[in-house]
Amino acid sequence: MKAVVTVTGKDRVGIIAMASAECAKYGVNIIDISQTVMKEYFAMIMLAELDGMTVDFAAFADSMKLTGEAWGVDIRVMHEDIFNSMHKI
Amino acid sequence: MLNTTDILETIRMIRDENLDIRTVTMGISLFDCISDDPERLCTKVYNKVTKCAERLVSVCEELERTYGIPIVNKRISVTPLSYIGAGLSPSGFVKLAKVLERAACELGVNFIGGYSAHVQKGEILGAKNLIESIPEALSETTKICSSINVATTKAGINMDAVRQMGEIIKETAYLTRDKDSIGCAKLVVFSNIPEDNPFMAGAVHGMGEPDTVINVGVSGPGVVAVAVKEAGDCDFSLLAETVKRIAFKITRVGQLIASEAAKRLGTPYGIVDLSLAPTPAAGDSVAEILENMGLSRCGTHGTTAALALLNDAVKKGGVMASNHVGGLSGAFIPVSEDRGMIDAAKAGTLTLDKLEAMTAVCSVGLDMIAIPGDTSAATISGIIADEISIGVVNNKTTAVRVIPVYGKGVGESAEFGGLLGYAPIMPVKEDSCERFIARGGRIPAPIHSLKN
Repeated sequence: MKAVVTVTGKDRVGIIAMASAECAKYGVNIIDISQTVMKEYFAMIMLAELDGMTVDFAAFADSMKLTGEAWGVDIRVMHEDIFNSMHKI
Repeated sequence: MLNTTDILETIRMIRDENLDIRTVTMGISLFDCISDDPERLCTKVYNKVTKCAERLVSVCEELERTYGIPIVNKRISVTPLSYIGAGLSPSGFVKLAKVLERAACELGVNFIGGYSAHVQKGEILGAKNLIESIPEALSETTKICSSINVATTKAGINMDAVRQMGEIIKETAYLTRDKDSIGCAKLVVFSNIPEDNPFMAGAVHGMGEPDTVINVGVSGPGVVAVAVKEAGDCDFSLLAETVKRIAFKITRVGQLIASEAAKRLGTPYGIVDLSLAPTPAAGDSVAEILENMGLSRCGTHGTTAALALLNDAVKKGGVMASNHVGGLSGAFIPVSEDRGMIDAAKAGTLTLDKLEAMTAVCSVGLDMIAIPGDTSAATISGIIADEISIGVVNNKTTAVRVIPVYGKGVGESAEFGGLLGYAPIMPVKEDSCERFIARGGRIPAPIHSLKN
C-alpha cells in the first residue's frame, strides 16, 4: 500500500532530512518526492511505500504528526486512494 | 505521481475548509426481531443492533486515520419501529426506545434513527401507539430520532396525522422544556420519506433494503463556498460549472469511504447521499455559499434562484462521482445548524416564508427552526401542511423540524449544542388556521401522481 506524506509549513533548514529520517526509522520507503517553496511557505510531498513498515499505519501517522509539531510544520500521512479518488476520473 | 497542486488542494479542503464525511450510517433490518412477547422483542432488538454494528465505530475511526478525513458522526438506522413493535403499547414503545438508547451508548454511535411510522393513508395500531409515545420517548432518551411520514405524492396527505403531529410536537417541547425543547430537534415530519437516508433525524432502514447496509452522507459547504468565492464575478454557466467540479470531488471522497466501510464491515454498500450539510462552525455554511454568489445576506431577493442553481449543480457533479446515489441528496438549509442562516434570521432577512420558498428547490424542508413556545398546535400543523404540500405536489421529499421553544419568544434564542447549534426564535403568523386543520381526513393525491 502506498501513502502520500505531506509536509507543509514555514521553511527551515533540515525539514527533508527530518521527514525522511522518520520514514526510514519505521521501514517506510520513499519512492517519489517533490517540494516547492512559495515565499516562506514550504510544501513537500512524498509518495511512500508502506509494505515494509515496522509499525501499523496509525502509529506511523501519529509519530510523523508529532515530529512535525516539534518542528512547527504540519505532517499528514494519508492513503493515496483519497487523492486518486478526488482528482482522477 | 499525483499532481502537487491536487494534493495540496485536498489538504486545504480538509484542514481549512471543513471537508468531512458527515455520517457513515449503518442500516439494520429488525424484521427478524418481531415477537409477541415485548421482553423478547427488546432483547432481540438489542442483540441484533449491537451485533451488527459492533465494529461500526472502530472501522470508521480506522478509515479516518488511513485516509486523513474526519467522519463526524457514526449512526444507525433501523426498520421503522411501528412495524417491528406493531403490538406494543405506548409504554412498550418507550421501553424499546430506551433499549435502543442503551445499544447506542454501548456501541458509541451518535444517533439511532427509526423511531418512525408511515401513516400517509392511515395508522396501524403500532403507528398509533408509537406516535402517542413520541414525547415521552424523546424526553427520556438523547440518541433516538423519530420521523413520521404523513404524506406521499401517491397517497396524498393524511391531515389527521398532520393535526396530531402539531400536538405531539407541542408535548415533546413541553417535556424537554428544561433543555430548550430539544426533543423536537429529534423529531421530523415527512412527505415522500426516502428509505435510505443516512441523515438524522429522518434516517430509517426501508422495507426494500438488505438486512444491513452502509449509507454515507457527505458534507462540504465550506469547500463549495471557497470555490464560489474564488470564481469571482463569473457568469452563471461558469458558476454552475465551478460548483459541479467541486461537488464531484467531495462526493468521490464519500464514495471511497462508503465502499471501504462496506468492505471492512462485510456489509453491502447502499448509497452516497449528495447533500451539502452545514454545521454551526465558521466557514461551514450553505448561506455563505449563497452570499458568495452575490447576495448581501441569505434570505434576500435572489436567494431561491441561487439555491436552485447550487442544488442542481451539486447533484450534477455528485452523480458522476458515485455509482449509487440516494437519500435526500441536495443542499440542506437547517437554520440552527448554519452560521450564515442564523445571522440572516437574526437580521430578519431570512423569514419562515422565504425558507418555505427555498425548500421548493432544495433538500429537505423547514429544518431546525425555533419558533415561539406559545405557538398553537394548530399553527404548527398549518406549517407542516404547507411544507408537506410542496413535497406532495412537486414529487419530492419535504420535511418539517420546528422547535416551539417552551417559555421563549421572538427576540430570544435557543441553544441545542453540538451539531444541532443554536437558533434565534423566528416569528410565526398570528392569524389562525385552526378551523382548516380541524377538518380531518385526507387531502387527495395530486392528478400527476396517476402516471400508469
